[in-house]
Amino acid sequence: MMEKRSFKWANLYLVFVFLLLYAPIAYLIYYSFNAGGTMNSFTGFTWEHYQAVFEDTRLIRIALDTLKLALSSALAATIIGTFGAIGIYYVKKRRTRNTLLSFNNILLVSPDVIIGASLLILFTMVGFQLGFTSVFLAHIAFSIPIVVLMVLPRLQEMNDSMVTAARDLGANSFQVLSRIILPSITPGILAGYFMAFTYSLDDFAVTFFVTGGGFSTLSVEIYSRARQGVSLEINALSTILFLFALGLVVGYYFIQQGLEKNKRKRTAVKDPTNHEKAVSPR
Amino acid sequence: MTKKPKVFLFVPYLLWLALFVIIPLFLILYQSFFDIHGQFTFGNIVEYFTSGTYLSMTLSSFFYAFLITLVTLVISYPAAYLLTRLKRKQLWMLLLILPTWINVLLKAYAFIGIFSQSGSVNDFLAFIGVGRQQILFTDASFLLVATYIEIPFMLLPIYNAIEEIHPSYVSASRDLGASQWETFRRVIFPLSLSGVRSGVQAVFIPSLSLFMLTRLIAGNRVITLGTAIEQHFLVTQNWGMGSTIGVVLIIIMVLIMLLTGERKKGAAK
Repeated sequence: MMEKRSFKWANLYLVFVFLLLYAPIAYLIYYSFNAGGTMNSFTGFTWEHYQAVFEDTRLIRIALDTLKLALSSALAATIIGTFGAIGIYYVKKRRTRNTLLSFNNILLVSPDVIIGASLLILFTMVGFQLGFTSVFLAHIAFSIPIVVLMVLPRLQEMNDSMVTAARDLGANSFQVLSRIILPSITPGILAGYFMAFTYSLDDFAVTFFVTGGGFSTLSVEIYSRARQGVSLEINALSTILFLFALGLVVGYYFIQQGLEKNKRKRTAVKDPTNHEKAVSPR
Repeated sequence: MTKKPKVFLFVPYLLWLALFVIIPLFLILYQSFFDIHGQFTFGNIVEYFTSGTYLSMTLSSFFYAFLITLVTLVISYPAAYLLTRLKRKQLWMLLLILPTWINVLLKAYAFIGIFSQSGSVNDFLAFIGVGRQQILFTDASFLLVATYIEIPFMLLPIYNAIEEIHPSYVSASRDLGASQWETFRRVIFPLSLSGVRSGVQAVFIPSLSLFMLTRLIAGNRVITLGTAIEQHFLVTQNWGMGSTIGVVLIIIMVLIMLLTGERKKGAAK
């Protein structure tokens, strides 16, 4: 009896936290349909703010730029970070490996302002023009460590005897890399790309520092518009972005699930060390 | 010989480490020794530690970060604990973490509407007879919004730490006659402290450097270390002073990491 009652209270608390976290988002979405034009009294339903978003060529251009930036910087970060993780994994000395890892994590724990300010100094000292390229480089820079952290555990899970076997059978190191190592860490690479992508989309502070004014991302644009006060166009935009994020997370979830299943199936067939699964009837 | 291609592929990563991690850190230290005219000086550091403005700003930034961390901890710990006892905990956790995928600026923007003079909170206050208050652009609104934004970052590590506790510990404790509360106090809570530590790290350090919230929500009434750095770099163009504050922030960050990090020696005993 006692147990049951306390459990209900527990659920109530969780629902409270849940509502707390979603209330502002729901509020934004609700008023994006407000014909009244403000974020307080709902006077009637309208799609006009969504229309305004799609007619705002500046906003659309910035949204596309942001997407392009996120896709490309995440790709670059994933490539560099994946080989970085493989490199760290194959460093023999434990001490060197740990040092590399702690340096890797510096950018993950540093506040955004520090990253932004120090990169701004770097770009100015080198004489680099601030704009798309500087933002692009900065986004690659802060996305690499998360890729490494996503890929490393997969490498540690990898069956090393597969690599040895491939070598014994005469595979060169490129074949080992492309046929053994990369396929077995694919879920980690995808997770890394996804994280890098969301980091890039979400970033405001670093971009704000290293963008010279010629280039803008959605975050920077929303910031400058929000400073001027409420405009329901931003509400409509945030609804679209919310749905986008939701789709992204759900899609990512299913891709990962699918990969895990695939991987389990394949290892069951191919991995000779996996006795239990190899023996069991399929 | 066979190792060569791998070493070659490792080079971009090492270049990144040198160019974007190590050199920028030195640059910020280097820059802190120059005044606004590009002359070498120790003046920035002297000014920082002698002027009341900078010291009180640091203290208040610390105080706000402390409050934000405390409130997020108080809200998140019970939520994380209760979550681990649910049936569909993974799904619930995903739902609670989902708001972190929404851009911080949009969340801040929502609060501009909610807290505004004729927003929902004020409507409610007027309805219950308290009357309309100035909520936006106050210290309280800054605390509320910052807490709201940081909750998931506290929730996740604590949840993970509690999840990792082997259920047999809890069973053993119950079998040995401990009540539910005793089990929580003596077994679950001490074992979940590692999660609390990483949660505090994940919340306290960013709280010191939030700069756009201080502008959008607190209307510049709250100045954090982050705001000061941003002002010096992008508004007054006094990079030397900005870097000095940056160095202070880095030192504070390292201290917090050391304080909240796993104490390996203690654990070995």
